[in-house]
Amino acid sequence: MRALVAALVLSFLSAPVDALEVFACEPEWGALVSELAGEQARVTVALTAFQDPHRLQARPSLIASTRRADLVICTGAELEVGWLPLLLRRSGNPNVRPGAAGYFLAADYVRKLEVPTRLDRSQGDIHPQGNPHVHLNPHNITRIARKLAQRLAELDPMNADVYEQRLDDFVERWHAAIVVWENRARRLEGLIIVPHHRSFTYLADWLGLDVIATVEAKPGIPPSGAHLSRLLEKLNVVAPAAVVRTPYANEKPTTWLAERLDTPVLVLPYTIGGHEDVTDLFTLFDTTLTLLENLQP
Amino acid sequence: MKQLRYTITYLCGVGLLYGNAALCATTDPIADLRREVLDLRRGYDARIELLEARIAVAERAANRARSSAAEAVEIAEDAVIGATTGSASANAFNPGMGVVLVARAADIGHRWDAIPGFISGGESGPGKSGFTLGESEVNLKASIDDLFFGNVTFAFEDEDGETEIALEEAWLETTALPPGLTIRAGRQFSGIGNLNSFHRHADDFIDRPLPYQAFFAGQYIADGVQARWVAPTNLFLELGAELDWGSGLPASGSDDTSPGAWSLFAHTGGDVGASHAWQAGVSYLSADVRDRGVGEDGPGEAPEFTGDSDLVVVDFVWKWAPLGNPTRTNFKLQGEYFRRVEEGTFDGMQIDTDQSGWYLQGIWQFIQGWRVGYRHDRVTTDNGSIFLGTLLEDVDESPRRDSLMLDWSHSDFSRLRLQYVYDQVLTESDSQWLLQYIMSLGAHGGHRF
Repeated sequence: MRALVAALVLSFLSAPVDALEVFACEPEWGALVSELAGEQARVTVALTAFQDPHRLQARPSLIASTRRADLVICTGAELEVGWLPLLLRRSGNPNVRPGAAGYFLAADYVRKLEVPTRLDRSQGDIHPQGNPHVHLNPHNITRIARKLAQRLAELDPMNADVYEQRLDDFVERWHAAIVVWENRARRLEGLIIVPHHRSFTYLADWLGLDVIATVEAKPGIPPSGAHLSRLLEKLNVVAPAAVVRTPYANEKPTTWLAERLDTPVLVLPYTIGGHEDVTDLFTLFDTTLTLLENLQP
Repeated sequence: MKQLRYTITYLCGVGLLYGNAALCATTDPIADLRREVLDLRRGYDARIELLEARIAVAERAANRARSSAAEAVEIAEDAVIGATTGSASANAFNPGMGVVLVARAADIGHRWDAIPGFISGGESGPGKSGFTLGESEVNLKASIDDLFFGNVTFAFEDEDGETEIALEEAWLETTALPPGLTIRAGRQFSGIGNLNSFHRHADDFIDRPLPYQAFFAGQYIADGVQARWVAPTNLFLELGAELDWGSGLPASGSDDTSPGAWSLFAHTGGDVGASHAWQAGVSYLSADVRDRGVGEDGPGEAPEFTGDSDLVVVDFVWKWAPLGNPTRTNFKLQGEYFRRVEEGTFDGMQIDTDQSGWYLQGIWQFIQGWRVGYRHDRVTTDNGSIFLGTLLEDVDESPRRDSLMLDWSHSDFSRLRLQYVYDQVLTESDSQWLLQYIMSLGAHGGHRF
């Protein structure tokens, strides 16, 4: 009990005076907020690179973080549909409810790929607005950064100049990095990969990778043995460069398939923390490209 | 000769670069060359700078063009999206609708309807053998306006060929009170304990644990007002209070003005590292009981209890998943302890009872989609000697059960479950087998902790 009281007192005392409290669902948005707000924001990230954004639970620590937040930034496009609405309702924080200035969905500001033409759950756990894994195209990051900087300025007008300046600085560095990445990407064009889930659609779209199939027959549904066998038969002909998965995906089906295809399993970082070298958005793309380049003979 | 001249020029250039003019001899031809080289260099530098500047301008323009092109595309897309949503018909504001289909097949040896030692206030017991449609639910929820959120759940239940529709939940909730504060009004699952506020189709076993059946006839549903407040702390802390004017358990009625029951609850929880999360709570429920009957007989037909009822619930949940990723394997340990003390009159006699119960269950997902679970639940009574020879007589051995379950979920939306129960609620033990399906259609349900 004493420890509890001490913890309560401490958490009251440690509350910052003017920094924005930011609750980021995914690490990539936490990193983007840090780029644009620096010291002006105290960021709590719900997920790690080893947790599936579809499957998180609204656990008590996340309710507590949402309760304190001035800004909730998430991917949207129903990626977090299983837990974000619950967090928002349980926390009782009107500042971050849908429609409030403190509620920012990144996917709202980019063009979505793989928008389903047929909405039916027999197609798996599909997202009506399209594929939500939008952050793996760096141009999307720029678009989202611009909107996010505006939002930060709206929430914290005292520091509007800071956000604008940091945005300019970030976009300049980001564009310079994109030029380098796109030069490197020329060699990767047409590389055939088989991802576990449709997590790399935007990356493939940007780099011109050839996603010939996914290990999952339908999104969110573990592949059956029969599906894997059929897939193996099909892929034996085309010889993909790698079977690709996120750090959080079940390694069993990818390993099974890769072994029989005699191709490597490539674990791409997917987000910040997904690889030991990935500490921010820049190293996320650097490392992703390096890992893909290493695939080539 | 030409070669030599170039060499001299080179030397001269290098000398200049390193600030050593002595390398360039003072003879006139060399001085000329030096001048020539300098001119050339200046010319090149200027041209390179010019070119660089032009590249920079072009790049900026390209970037601007690219981003403005992207923005233009976005704006165009927004306009298209806006136009489509704008022209959508009246159902654009339809609430989120979720339907849950539940049914079970069972093989029950000894059916019981009341737990020995308890005044049952509604449905309890393992139910009947054979195939039964359970409660099929329809849930609707949506924001009402910028201040309120509404939720309603209808439960369709088939009983002896007749379909009953029950209003399981019908509440509205505030969304714009000061941070952390939420007020809910209407018919709602009480926030006390842990399992109580969950829909039953979210349970890990087919039936509710014995203390829930004994004290709440499965679930405590309150008709009234609830206030909850989440503290602005790092550690999750939620405090709540409820007033209940409902006619169901535990109060069975209230007078016109004052509520029949009120409760207080507190929940706290947090993470331990990346792989562990926990929640614990304590709740208190006070009821002013009026004419609470035995079984499902109408008022006046069976002995009734009137008096004070005080119930305390202590609950905890602990969850583990490797690195916090429950997709493949995870474990959940959950338990609740109940103690209820009642004083009043029953069938004209003064009584003073002390009843308790608890359950402990562990659920382990061993591969993706597959879980096994074990639960022990029991209740104990100290009703006093006054009930000797009646239904409420204390039994020597606490009514208890051991249950094993195995379930399989193909997706977030479907689940099949097999459950074995070794039932020792009555003096005679019974082995029960149950098979259940739970299917969710429509709106995506929440992943509650």
